[in-house]
Amino acid sequence: MTIRKMLMAAAAALAISATSAKADLVFATDTSAYPPFTSQNAAGQWEGWEYDLMNALCAEMNEKCTMIPIAWDGIIPALLEKKMDGILGSMSITDKRKETINFSDMYYNSAAVIIGAKNGDMDFSPEHLSGKTIGVQGATTHQNYVDKYYVPKGAATKAYQKQDEANADLAAGRVDYLMADGVALRDYLNSDEGKACCELKGAVPVDVDILGAGVGVGLRKEDTALLERINAAIKALAAKGTFEELTKKYGLEGLLTLPTKS
Amino acid sequence: MIPEILSFGDKGFGDELLRGTQYTLVIAASAYLIGICLGLLGSAGKLYGGAFARGTAAVYTTIVRSVPEVVLILILYFAGTRGTNTLLGYFGLGPIEVNGTLAAIAVLGVVQGAYHTEVFRAAIQAVPAGQVEAGKAFGMRGLQIFRRIIGPAMLPNAIPGLSNLWLIVIKDTALVAVVGNYELLSTTASAAAFTKRYMLFFLTTALIYLLITLISNYFISKLESRYRRGQTKLA
Amino acid sequence: MNWTWFPEYLPLLFQGVWLTIQLLVLSMVFGLTLAVPVGLVQVTGPKWLARIARGYCTLMRGTPLLVQLWLLYFGLGSVFAAFPEVRQSIFWPILREGYFYAILAFTLNEGGYGGEIMRGAFLSVPKGELEAARAYGMSPWKVLHRVWLPRAVRNVLPTLASETVLMLKATPLAATVTVLDIFGVILRVRQNTYITYEPLITAAIIYMALTFLITRAFNYVEGLVPSRR
Repeated sequence: MTIRKMLMAAAAALAISATSAKADLVFATDTSAYPPFTSQNAAGQWEGWEYDLMNALCAEMNEKCTMIPIAWDGIIPALLEKKMDGILGSMSITDKRKETINFSDMYYNSAAVIIGAKNGDMDFSPEHLSGKTIGVQGATTHQNYVDKYYVPKGAATKAYQKQDEANADLAAGRVDYLMADGVALRDYLNSDEGKACCELKGAVPVDVDILGAGVGVGLRKEDTALLERINAAIKALAAKGTFEELTKKYGLEGLLTLPTKS
Repeated sequence: MIPEILSFGDKGFGDELLRGTQYTLVIAASAYLIGICLGLLGSAGKLYGGAFARGTAAVYTTIVRSVPEVVLILILYFAGTRGTNTLLGYFGLGPIEVNGTLAAIAVLGVVQGAYHTEVFRAAIQAVPAGQVEAGKAFGMRGLQIFRRIIGPAMLPNAIPGLSNLWLIVIKDTALVAVVGNYELLSTTASAAAFTKRYMLFFLTTALIYLLITLISNYFISKLESRYRRGQTKLA
Repeated sequence: MNWTWFPEYLPLLFQGVWLTIQLLVLSMVFGLTLAVPVGLVQVTGPKWLARIARGYCTLMRGTPLLVQLWLLYFGLGSVFAAFPEVRQSIFWPILREGYFYAILAFTLNEGGYGGEIMRGAFLSVPKGELEAARAYGMSPWKVLHRVWLPRAVRNVLPTLASETVLMLKATPLAATVTVLDIFGVILRVRQNTYITYEPLITAAIIYMALTFLITRAFNYVEGLVPSRR
């Protein structure tokens, strides 16, 4: 009988510890480091443009927020499973994704670019890349773009679970080109490894259906109250000029389209 | 001697790797214990249960032993939360948010349970029937017989299987890195990506796992000789 | 239940099954070929070689397969980044693709686990049969490939069957290095459609079917050579 009591006590303790006291808002981002937007430094702390934005939004909403990493290709299912409150990981707003989740107003937009080996060949049209291999991160709009424009013309594509795995394989020469967000890749090209191996080929022609109209905070469809609060916070920050401050802090002037001060 | 990048403190990733190792050990130990509990239940169901218990246990072990762990981890990770929440919903309780580590423990525990079921089943069956009959002749009842006779007798038989499963659970914790959980391998991959020193970090992590295995082997052999005391030594 | 994705991805799924089978068969064949000398040398061979084999088995069994795979793929990848000349060599088409790293990692791993199994298998063959073979004047090599090896393999076929199943369950890890096996295809479906359960359940069913086939195949082979025990 004591065994039964012990088991019940253990189960209760487990259940209680599992139920988090809902004081914090939890936002999720990719497990892969995505500088300059989100990354974890050697001390294990989060840093980056998006991390600072999260703190600013939460200060505006009077909430305490934390950021957790979740594998990108499962991040929307994880949101639907209520593993966190929102996605704050440079997720592009697309109609396809809007079928499953809601997005806040956009908080930045930047061009998608292609980078490749340092060989001076700046042509990155689909016909020119036929027969080459293009690396993308899985579950991104860039993957959809490559599938739509480049694969039908004969390019091969490799999908990676994390952006830095894709970057590593470009440096190793296992893929010939990479397509991803311009600011993130610019950060990579400025690193030692990126400088040695690769160069920017150019920004791809925009296709709003596939690439989306900027990035927003991903939320569950039923969380309409949270959606309104976040949108209000974004507007407030835009009016205060916080977006410009952050952009200047990370040296990204001219590279990001920010929410307008309405 | 230790490169600066592996050192503890702010500059190096040594402390991150240490924390990752802690999480790995905690996840492994907890999942192992859950596995033992489920294994005892499952083997009891298979040996003493009615048709329903036997059928359920059979389905459980067959599925877990023929589906890859990675696939199971993903299924249980998502189905588990949704199932628990639906269940709680029927009772009128609110949805709970299970943190990633607990989910990993639960999932690995369920996977381990199926293997433990087989280990315990084989070990229990190896106990001479005469000893159980003697217990019944003395008037002992079910749980008493298990506690006093079957338990101590089957433990030495089970130890090789159990020790093998401990080594397996340690290596299986690396799989939860695919889902993005925080443990040693995911920490290593992040550090390697951040510093671009892939070889260094993966070699270090392999070494850490190897150390855990070797230390475990040492304690397991000690355990085995203790539980086999009094029995004729194997040639 | 949402099965709308199924018809669209069926061709890709077939390719995935084929890739999985390739990974499984090649890894098992190469791995066991490696395992035979690794196991044998621990029973016969010079002490120093036996110790190396022992260390190799401990290494393979003491570290997770995923770590071994990522070490090979990303570790070597960072070496290639430092030496771009590698891309001109004839080996480049092999070194480029995740497929070969998966097979290499699985083979090396199976060599370790299989080595342990083959060691036990070689020990389990009755000494009398080996002595009789030698009495007939057979050279050590003849004894090995006519008596010792076949008997050892036959004794240990059930264990090899479960090893093959374990290798099948390890193949999904190849998806983490861009291989589009069953699991890779399922991840692709999830990435494109956000549907989680149905693809995973499909994968589970496929793997269960493959396990069933493997077990049946081994049972058949075991039946070919009757064993009197």
